[in-house]
Amino acid sequence: MKLELIGITKRFGSLVANDSIDLVVEPGQVHSLLGENGAGKSTLMNVLYGLYDPTEGEILVNDEPVTFKGPGDAMAAGIGMVHQHFMLVPVFTVAENVALGNEATKAGGMLNLQTTRTRIRQISDQYGFDVDPDAVVEDLPVGVQQRVEIIKALVRDAEVLILDEPTAVLTPKETDELLGIMAQLKADGKSIVFISHKLREVKAVSDVITVVRRGKVVGTADPSAPTTELASLMVGRSVSLTLDKKPATPGEVTFRVRDLTVQAANGQRVVDGLSFDVAQGEILAVAGVQGNGQTELTEAIMGLQDHVTGSITLDGNELVGRKVKDIIRAGVGFVPEDRSVEGLVGTFSVAENLILNRYDDAPFAKGLSMSPSAIDKNADEKIAEYDVRTQSASAAAGTLSGGNQQKVVMAREFSRPLKLFIASQPTRGVDVGSIEFLHRRIVAERDGGTPVIIVSTELDEVLELADRIAVLYRGRLMGIVPGTVSRDVLGLMMAGMPADEALAQAHDVQGGNL
Amino acid sequence: MTPQDDRPVSPASDGGTPPTRRQTKDAARQDEVRLENAAETAGGELPPPAVPATAAGIGAGPGPEAGLMQRIMTGNALVAFLSVVLSLILGGLLIAVTDQDVARASSYFFSRPQDTLGAAWTAASSAYFALFQGSVFNFEGDTFTRMVYPLTQTLTVATPLICAGLGVALAFRAGLFNIGAQGQILIGATFAGWIGFTLHLPVGVHLLLVILAGMVGGAVWAGLVGLLKARTGAHEVILTIMFNYIATNLVLYFLSTPAFQRPGSTNPISPQLDASALYPPLLGPAFRLHWGFVVAVLATIFVWWLLNRSTIGFELRAVGANASAARTAGVNVSKGYILAMAIAGALAGLAGVAQVSGTEKVLTSGVAASFGFDAITVALLGRSSPWGTFAAGILFGAFRAGGVAMQASTGTSIDIVLVVQSLIVLFIAAPPLVRALFRLPAPGATRAGKGSAPTRTPASTGAAA
Repeated sequence: MKLELIGITKRFGSLVANDSIDLVVEPGQVHSLLGENGAGKSTLMNVLYGLYDPTEGEILVNDEPVTFKGPGDAMAAGIGMVHQHFMLVPVFTVAENVALGNEATKAGGMLNLQTTRTRIRQISDQYGFDVDPDAVVEDLPVGVQQRVEIIKALVRDAEVLILDEPTAVLTPKETDELLGIMAQLKADGKSIVFISHKLREVKAVSDVITVVRRGKVVGTADPSAPTTELASLMVGRSVSLTLDKKPATPGEVTFRVRDLTVQAANGQRVVDGLSFDVAQGEILAVAGVQGNGQTELTEAIMGLQDHVTGSITLDGNELVGRKVKDIIRAGVGFVPEDRSVEGLVGTFSVAENLILNRYDDAPFAKGLSMSPSAIDKNADEKIAEYDVRTQSASAAAGTLSGGNQQKVVMAREFSRPLKLFIASQPTRGVDVGSIEFLHRRIVAERDGGTPVIIVSTELDEVLELADRIAVLYRGRLMGIVPGTVSRDVLGLMMAGMPADEALAQAHDVQGGNL
Repeated sequence: MTPQDDRPVSPASDGGTPPTRRQTKDAARQDEVRLENAAETAGGELPPPAVPATAAGIGAGPGPEAGLMQRIMTGNALVAFLSVVLSLILGGLLIAVTDQDVARASSYFFSRPQDTLGAAWTAASSAYFALFQGSVFNFEGDTFTRMVYPLTQTLTVATPLICAGLGVALAFRAGLFNIGAQGQILIGATFAGWIGFTLHLPVGVHLLLVILAGMVGGAVWAGLVGLLKARTGAHEVILTIMFNYIATNLVLYFLSTPAFQRPGSTNPISPQLDASALYPPLLGPAFRLHWGFVVAVLATIFVWWLLNRSTIGFELRAVGANASAARTAGVNVSKGYILAMAIAGALAGLAGVAQVSGTEKVLTSGVAASFGFDAITVALLGRSSPWGTFAAGILFGAFRAGGVAMQASTGTSIDIVLVVQSLIVLFIAAPPLVRALFRLPAPGATRAGKGSAPTRTPASTGAAA
């Protein structure tokens, strides 16, 4: 099926989200849509999927103009979409989820899932999906859930599949599997629109790359184009993807963790007997697949976890058992994992968010009374220093883009003298341009002599920033390796292999190849 | 769009289920955030994000239910105003429909429809005119005192409404839905009343002590709710409702004990408060308006300062808007809940003082009338802002004061006022209805039925898929 978008424009009031975008998806082609967060990729796909009416422009399917009044029309025309956040009912089985919306019924209105089950098995076998139609969705790993979404589209005879940031929620292994599935679908004659801002994946899988910036198509590129070229096309200026950071000059060890154990409410040890040190002027990256205790580790340091045993000392002072406020006052800066939930109050202004954990300190408050002028002055300074793109200091923080929200959080944490800086997923959902900026600030903090802990599930980020890398697996430390270690070793450790074994195995493999 | 698109959106039905508990939570949160965006866009408070599906989240509320309450409680000012207008129009229709003259004229409606319409107009307009005359300015008064008397009555009735409304509004800003103003008023009035008729102290000191006792009574009663919520996680709505029952019966019990019951009486009524324990009249003895109104104004200023200019208010608002961010920023959320409830209770206690030492002058089990419940409506109409609550309190005071006069002069039942009040709440809780009726554009909407479509994407596709 050939799909064409001609001159699609979508306005929201005065805001132009898509500006006369042309896009042609040929049959059997993987067409990547590359752009930063907020570039208008998802709006375009929602237009294509019938969720928005285009303000101008038309959609052609096999050279026939069509109008979609809703996703139902789009699906009938052979367009399927896999959303970034899955649209599955967690307590339903795979078959029930797939049937939902066009259920087949027997006499008397009884649900007939048999045909759906058969179709699922068929598709599953054809593409090697390995999905059991009777499994309950909430018990399935994310990667399999995503396949269920793909099956949903295929059962409805989709010829064009739109995958919206499909790799954002996947582990590296699952990502590779997905890329394999995409290749199979393509071989089968399906077209795929692949939306992403991860350059490596886009390059690996695409036939054509269309780059979108600020609602406009700024160019098409060949997958063989160098990464830096794609990045600068996407951001609109040249970006350096590699951070030139000086080698660390670790000083005195001021932060020590000994036998740290955190128990979850159900008694499970989510952090299990961790011991490590961080010296002044070095970055320790904590790597691992999401959900292996990283969150609990950072929260334990901040005093946000109950049921913590062991010892955490900063400059010789014990932190376990102290209040969050005391730990903040002791000079610990913290960028939480989910900025919109833990880092910011979305309905508060940018200015208020910039003092969210210093609201009762001078000069922002005298006694009980707060000083709006000091708060505004601080906001103006920080907005300028960190180049936060906001309409004004009084705009609600929730209206900012992800990158700018993160700048607000970082600006707040760096605005007081720190003795330890912890950042969890510092650049998740942040555009390429801002990543560069945020990474520089983190390295600058290190060079200023602060011990830094970075928690990230992105290997690229870990390898870029780390002076040493600690890998967590099921709450346990698999070992601490130098920042120069290979991806293979990290991959093995993230899958649960202790550092020495992983190093030995990776060495063997290399030796064998030579 | 399929008909299913109109199904209520529930975050549980569209969230993905990534593998770990943590991720599940995150996904649910994100969905919540998007739903919140959806509703806020529908409510017209924010322009829709440029790219809703990927737009980074707006701070999530404490939960879907709390998010909904938040939208209702801090809605759009224009919608609040139009809700009042709409309710008055509907109330007028109701007056006309139930009017005797209109019923008589409608028996020959087809021969002379203008009679019916004329009678309907007369019924509604004269009732509202009487309402106005009874609450703001009496044109028929022969002296200036009589002319402005209705306005002072309005302010008198508004006094407890404002105080208790501020309590509800303040608790709400801290994320607590305080249904317990009724009980807090009663306990406040009990404390204040007991000091008022048991102790015999000099002028000035006595009243101060009465006011203080009322505030302490309300603060303790509501603070208990805050404590229970903070310590056990019990929901404040259930707690405050139950505390209302306890308070009502507790006061009845007290009034049967010698310490409270009027000597020689078998009725549940206390002795008269000492003159030194009463609020002095504000405008002289010709009016019932008392200094309690000035206290209400001061309370409004105080709450404004507290919420917008104090560190305590900053903490409370942060806890209310995003408790987990507040916790991460070092705010003690439990303490915030207790403090917010205690201050809210103290404000409701002031309403109790206004009743017991302002208008009633004795303690009875009915001393709180229905002010505690009306206070919720007042806070709602005032969008939980101090001055909004103040204005809404005065409006509701006018309804109450004018309703009596309306019933007396036109025979229209005072119940119509209750209907109008209820309609106001109904409309405020359903902004899209008000928008549709007044053809207000929901910003960014491409067609009426799609007003909330952009950010409801997940649900729509879920349903349609």
